[in-house]
Amino acid sequence: MSEQTVIEAVRATLQSEMRRDDSVIVLGEDVGSRGGVFLATDGLIDEFGENRVIDMPLAESSICGVALGAAVNGLRPIAEIQFADFVWPAINQLVGEASKVRYGTNGMKTAPMTVRIPYGGGVRGGLYHSQSIEVLFSHTPGLSVVAPATPYDAKGLLATAIRTDDPVVVLEHKRTYRLVKGEVPDEDYTIPIGKAEVKRPGKDMTIVTYGLMLHYGLQAAEMAAANGIDVEILDLRTLRPLDADAIAESASRTGKVLIVQEDTPAVSISSEVAAIIGERCFFDLDGPITRLGPPELPPMPFSPIQESAFMPSPEKILAAITKLSEI
Amino acid sequence: MSATANKPSNPTEQLSGARLLELYQTMVLSRYLDERVWLLNRQGKAAIAASAQGHEATQVACIEATDSSKDHYLIYYRQFAAMMALGTTPEEMLRGFLAKEDEPMSAARQFPLHGAHPRVDLFNFSNVIATQLPQAAGVALADKLKGSDAVTLVFFGDGASSQGDTHEAMNFAGVHKLPIIFFCENNRYAISVPIEKQMGVEGVASRAIGYGFPGVQVDGTDVIAVHEATKAAVERARVGDGPTLIEASVERLLAHTTDDDHTRYRSAEDIAQMANRDPIKILSELLKRRDLLTDNADTEIHDDAKKRVNVATDIVDAEPYPSVDTMFDHVVDSVGGNF
Repeated sequence: MSEQTVIEAVRATLQSEMRRDDSVIVLGEDVGSRGGVFLATDGLIDEFGENRVIDMPLAESSICGVALGAAVNGLRPIAEIQFADFVWPAINQLVGEASKVRYGTNGMKTAPMTVRIPYGGGVRGGLYHSQSIEVLFSHTPGLSVVAPATPYDAKGLLATAIRTDDPVVVLEHKRTYRLVKGEVPDEDYTIPIGKAEVKRPGKDMTIVTYGLMLHYGLQAAEMAAANGIDVEILDLRTLRPLDADAIAESASRTGKVLIVQEDTPAVSISSEVAAIIGERCFFDLDGPITRLGPPELPPMPFSPIQESAFMPSPEKILAAITKLSEI
Repeated sequence: MSATANKPSNPTEQLSGARLLELYQTMVLSRYLDERVWLLNRQGKAAIAASAQGHEATQVACIEATDSSKDHYLIYYRQFAAMMALGTTPEEMLRGFLAKEDEPMSAARQFPLHGAHPRVDLFNFSNVIATQLPQAAGVALADKLKGSDAVTLVFFGDGASSQGDTHEAMNFAGVHKLPIIFFCENNRYAISVPIEKQMGVEGVASRAIGYGFPGVQVDGTDVIAVHEATKAAVERARVGDGPTLIEASVERLLAHTTDDDHTRYRSAEDIAQMANRDPIKILSELLKRRDLLTDNADTEIHDDAKKRVNVATDIVDAEPYPSVDTMFDHVVDSVGGNF
């Protein structure tokens, strides 16, 4: 057991999975001697060599297309997209191709590939280093999408993704990389895809969230507790498939739900969570299903005051908690 | 009839006369089956077909230069004759076009010729043009890292040469000297868009210099020339000398697909001149010049092919469609994947 940041947990997991299985390779832009722009692959090329840590030409479609082909031919590639904002040229190979390999060959071919994508804002990233891109992947049958927000979950879910025989998109929030620390066991463990986790139990209302907003939600819950409001925090952890049972169980128990996300709300994860609750918990609710997200603008302004105005914050979440508690 | 399935020959050997005759038989069978599929489309039984008529010599000859026990084939939708050359039976082909229960490549989830081959490492995941090229580079990369001497052949048309994925794949393959052959079947039309509106150069092969490997042009109606060119590229890849781009010039004798009408965009002269470039006619004449085929034997080959296609059509036409419950299979392995 040791205390690690999220990025340290990611790097240690890549290293241990590459030691565990020779078929695991890493490929992406600047993943070699540079160690990745966030240092997620720092030192891997020294231990595993340039055959297994491949600095790719600056072309996202081929990063994912090559990973897909290598996966079909017996390797377990981990592709790194440098920033989520750059993933669009690769959508064809991920959403169009990788997701349908097993289905489109009636199970004869599989694509055991992992795509790590740093995403999210609050880092002065402007319009093209701040985007949340989870919805497109989460909408796609055949893909699994995980969004670990703690070092413990980052290790367990990344290990699962690498060992899974189907494509898994791993969304790592950039702001959590060095901001969030936590205890990580030294021993090997995995976390199943599709399982949410209650990160803070409570009885008055449920906040359903993921990514950086988990931490803002936890801060807001502590502030609310001082006001006598006992908030439960459910961390989705997996965005496809959503853990509908865990969402419905918590919502039914507390009777009030606030869904918090950094992505723009229209046609998003929060829309789907609200639909699940509406379908499964209608008679258990004591108030309207409530959502908190940024305004419907291209994410997100570079200028610091506007960026702060765009991002949800613990204070904004506390205000939404207070309002919902008064209903 | 389709004798290429279990070919015992060493691919480095020259094509024997007997083998040329067998390739001819495969081409004729492919042609009749191809024609039958169009008929089934007009009868409302086959929803869609893309024809390989005019491409047969290229497809059969390049497959002949490979080793189907270990090599990889990433095909595209027009490779009817390549499928036949790899031993796919007429029944298996028709199950794809008629979307029947025992369709071997995708259980009839996909268009014909899409999915994976049940016996050879051949696959074609999607209808999206050129996506197979980066995937093929990945397949070849895996072989290189594993120390395998297998070769990857990836096929595409002139239309696909415009896609960014084509550039990305060739660039990456050049960097890593991958054991891969980029095989372009240039029929001069991307559906309706002619070659002069697709590129500012004469053909695709000249681009290879920009990626650091050879590019060769070959007459795609010439079985011997295509075989020679592919064999050289396979040997080059097999020993670790890297990729080759082969561009075979062919004619698309029919419209793009059963949903297309090429008289809307091709002149009568353009269509008429293609008859001289029909690869079956060309190979038939060559075989007869070399005393490998008589008129009577030729007639017999055509009659046998027709009978074979008739038998296969009767069998597959009577087969059932897949049941609805099978459509839920094989989305993902371990988790539901569904909301």
